[in-house]
Amino acid sequence: MQQSATTERRHVESVRHEEHAGFWRTYVFSIDHKVIGLQYMMSALVFLFFGFSLMMLMRWQLAYPGKSIPGEVFVLLPAVISAATLVIALISKRKLIGLVGLTFAGLAALVWYLVSDEVLFPDGVMVPELYNSFGAMHGTIMVFLGVVPLAVGGFGNYVVPLQVGAPDMAFPRLNMMSYWAYFIGGVVMLASFFVPGGAANSGWTSYPPLADIATTGQTVWLLGMVFLITSSLLGSINFIVTIVQLRANGLTYMRLPFFVWAQFITAFLLLLAFPPLEAAAVLQLMDRLAGTSFFLPSGLVISGQALEVSGGGSPLLWQHLFWFLAHPEVYVLVLPAMGIIAEVIANNTRKPLWGYKSMVYAVIFLGFMSFIVWAHHMFMTGMGTVISTFFQTTTMIISIPSVIILTALMISLWGGSIRFTVPMLFALAFLPMFGIGGLTGLPLGLAPTDIHLHDTYYVIGHFHYVVAPGSIFALFAGLYYWYPKVTGRLMNDTLGRIHFWGSFFAMNGIFFPMLIQGLAGVSRRLWDGGAEYAHAQDTLYLNEVMSISAWVLAVFQLPFIFNFFWSIRKGKKVESDNPWDATTLEWQTPTPPPHGNFAMVPQVYRGPYEYSDPKSPKDYVPQNVA
Amino acid sequence: MQIPYTVAARPDTGLHNSKLGIWLFLASEVMLFGALFSSYILLRVAAPEWPHGSAILNVPLATLNTVVLIASSVTMVMSWASLMLKDFTKYRRYMGLTIVCGLVFLVVKVFEYGAKFSAGTFPGEDLFFATYFTLTGLHGLHVVGGIIVNTYFWGPGSRMWNTEPRRFTNRVEVAGLYWHFVDLVWIFLFPTLYLL
Amino acid sequence: MDHITTEDVKKHVRGYVIVFVALMALTIVTVAISYLHLDVTAAIIVALFIATVKGSLVASYFMHLISEKRLVYLTLILTVVFFAALIGGPLLGLHDTIQ
Repeated sequence: MQQSATTERRHVESVRHEEHAGFWRTYVFSIDHKVIGLQYMMSALVFLFFGFSLMMLMRWQLAYPGKSIPGEVFVLLPAVISAATLVIALISKRKLIGLVGLTFAGLAALVWYLVSDEVLFPDGVMVPELYNSFGAMHGTIMVFLGVVPLAVGGFGNYVVPLQVGAPDMAFPRLNMMSYWAYFIGGVVMLASFFVPGGAANSGWTSYPPLADIATTGQTVWLLGMVFLITSSLLGSINFIVTIVQLRANGLTYMRLPFFVWAQFITAFLLLLAFPPLEAAAVLQLMDRLAGTSFFLPSGLVISGQALEVSGGGSPLLWQHLFWFLAHPEVYVLVLPAMGIIAEVIANNTRKPLWGYKSMVYAVIFLGFMSFIVWAHHMFMTGMGTVISTFFQTTTMIISIPSVIILTALMISLWGGSIRFTVPMLFALAFLPMFGIGGLTGLPLGLAPTDIHLHDTYYVIGHFHYVVAPGSIFALFAGLYYWYPKVTGRLMNDTLGRIHFWGSFFAMNGIFFPMLIQGLAGVSRRLWDGGAEYAHAQDTLYLNEVMSISAWVLAVFQLPFIFNFFWSIRKGKKVESDNPWDATTLEWQTPTPPPHGNFAMVPQVYRGPYEYSDPKSPKDYVPQNVA
Repeated sequence: MQIPYTVAARPDTGLHNSKLGIWLFLASEVMLFGALFSSYILLRVAAPEWPHGSAILNVPLATLNTVVLIASSVTMVMSWASLMLKDFTKYRRYMGLTIVCGLVFLVVKVFEYGAKFSAGTFPGEDLFFATYFTLTGLHGLHVVGGIIVNTYFWGPGSRMWNTEPRRFTNRVEVAGLYWHFVDLVWIFLFPTLYLL
Repeated sequence: MDHITTEDVKKHVRGYVIVFVALMALTIVTVAISYLHLDVTAAIIVALFIATVKGSLVASYFMHLISEKRLVYLTLILTVVFFAALIGGPLLGLHDTIQ
């Protein structure tokens, strides 16, 4: 009796607490999964833009090596975005949009600071050390601060609890800590640009011995990674517990939306693959700070001077530990994207997904296999035939589940009455783009062909097809698709279409020529884009094509950014809580969902995609309808 | 708003949220120490020679530490059992003992490290000492974390016993699982570094 | 741990004491063996065997793994498989290199 009285009092208190939660508790230190999801989303979008900006500067050097960079033009872009968002903030009276505007102003200032620095840009030409730094930080920022936080931290956080019918994540405070660990990690990474010697410059892979003896930026990079790893560890535990423990009544595993399945497997990958990288980061920190030689072999000579360390370490050890994470990480980038695509395709074809069960089994198998393919990144390290054969076999096997998922999604289109909405356009483009990314990966997974292609632009082209017009298109699809649930308004359709078609052509303009250059043998990570190499001469003209495409891509993001902020207050209002006529639970909530999500605890009666059921009056039956 | 299954177990899994959460966390810890053990094995197998730990490390002190840590695991599980038997006074006593054991472990560790440092031996000495300091250091950090958590549940955190005894018992159980894991890691570290 | 009676807990407590004694005994045994200076392979096998026994005792009784739920077992089995890959992969790579 006393027990229930306390529970009741706690309940009343928690309600009162929500009503009086001030600005800080509501927007900054919130424990509501939706606010945390949006925090992740906004931070990740800014980081994506910043990572892209680094690349735009690098592309100038690649297209016009040794020519002075027009710094003002590159500052113009973030400056325009900043001005536009500030104006929108004034018109729609939203302080938070103003904050984003100020962030972009900060970015513009950072770009200006870098470009006008006489040491980094003597006579306006980027020095090779800075090029290396930008390359390393572009990779790090895009993967660890951009795509994964957006896909998992952003969409996962916002959508998963809604789709499983939960009031919040299982551990709301842990969720908040996860975001702030990510935020600190991001700040540390940005701060590394200002330490002596600049940011990390040993590539996003940080291979020793180079990384062991690199400038201070590498130490800061490792510290930043420790924060980011902590963040995703907390997040992944939270996701798994939420999906297993907080599923609504009747929501069996085979009734989960595919997006939830994708996030579930992703969480396991983060949980079990990241710790080895954390261990590797600790060992590298020891090498750099305590003078150990875990990754330093004996007899190293640098610039004619013998290195004063005990030696005996193994640079390959780092590669093993790094790729033990980084291969599963590829699937962390891709699986949530596939999940979003599955939701959008089912909704816009008005058909159940074809082969839902085989997709689920495929994604489980894929997650498992992703742990035993890592050494296919190391064919060139002198591995013997036995181990090469083992890893190229597992690599060929892991392509099967990806093909199953992609094929099932394509067959799902067959015979559907497709609505070509903006999210659907991005989803449709994802299929062939990810297809190119996947197929170009096969020659890299086979040791004999990899010997030619290793470390060329072909590799860059391959994985960018997977993550840029692949994952990032899926993320755009998700942004357009769930926007009305978050804001209660739709994004402008015409601007969305301009954004899509521009991005689609520009993306291919950037990445397809890379495959050609790579086949011609042009190495990656060259400061001059290959200008000094005889074998690169025939494909050198492509550098300009790629660079111009990259800048065009940037221009076509402007309608998106404008649309995104403008529509928060001025977009067309949705007429119902379920504007896309969707079946899954997140659409059966008020718009936007309040703290605690559901007005009543939902009961689930059916699978996730019951569209075009001839027996029902409408063409769809939501999961919670008996 | 109430999150379901924070106290009671979900019928189909038989677990409450934090129990599943801590096991997942421990799984990731297995991978963290697994990677370090893997590094140790790889470096040792590749090394032309590897010193015998007992010749250069203080085995009696490490044995003492093993005994202390195992004892702390027993007192930890006893503190949980006391809560199950609704004996809060006993809980405080056993939890206090657990914290004391943890501190003793750290103090012994400090003496061990101090002896090495004053003899001029640092992690950069060779690969053996690099692994020794890294592995025991990281384990020591885990002990520190455990002591902080346990102290919280011994002190201010134990007030929950008066309002939600079941939830508090769960919390102590979860903290215990972590503490036993730290003990378990040491059980493998001890022979690997000191005896082989 | 929802349906544990007072009797059960008392039985557990007796178990903990026995396990504690066993752990102490094994610690003494493993230290004693190390003074015999067996050759490296034998020493590694014996020491790791004893450590595994001790570890299993801690996991089974103190961490109650002997009577856990299916989901926990599944998670741990998965972890053990990947743990094995993490140990085995780099070792295989070391032994199979192009000379």
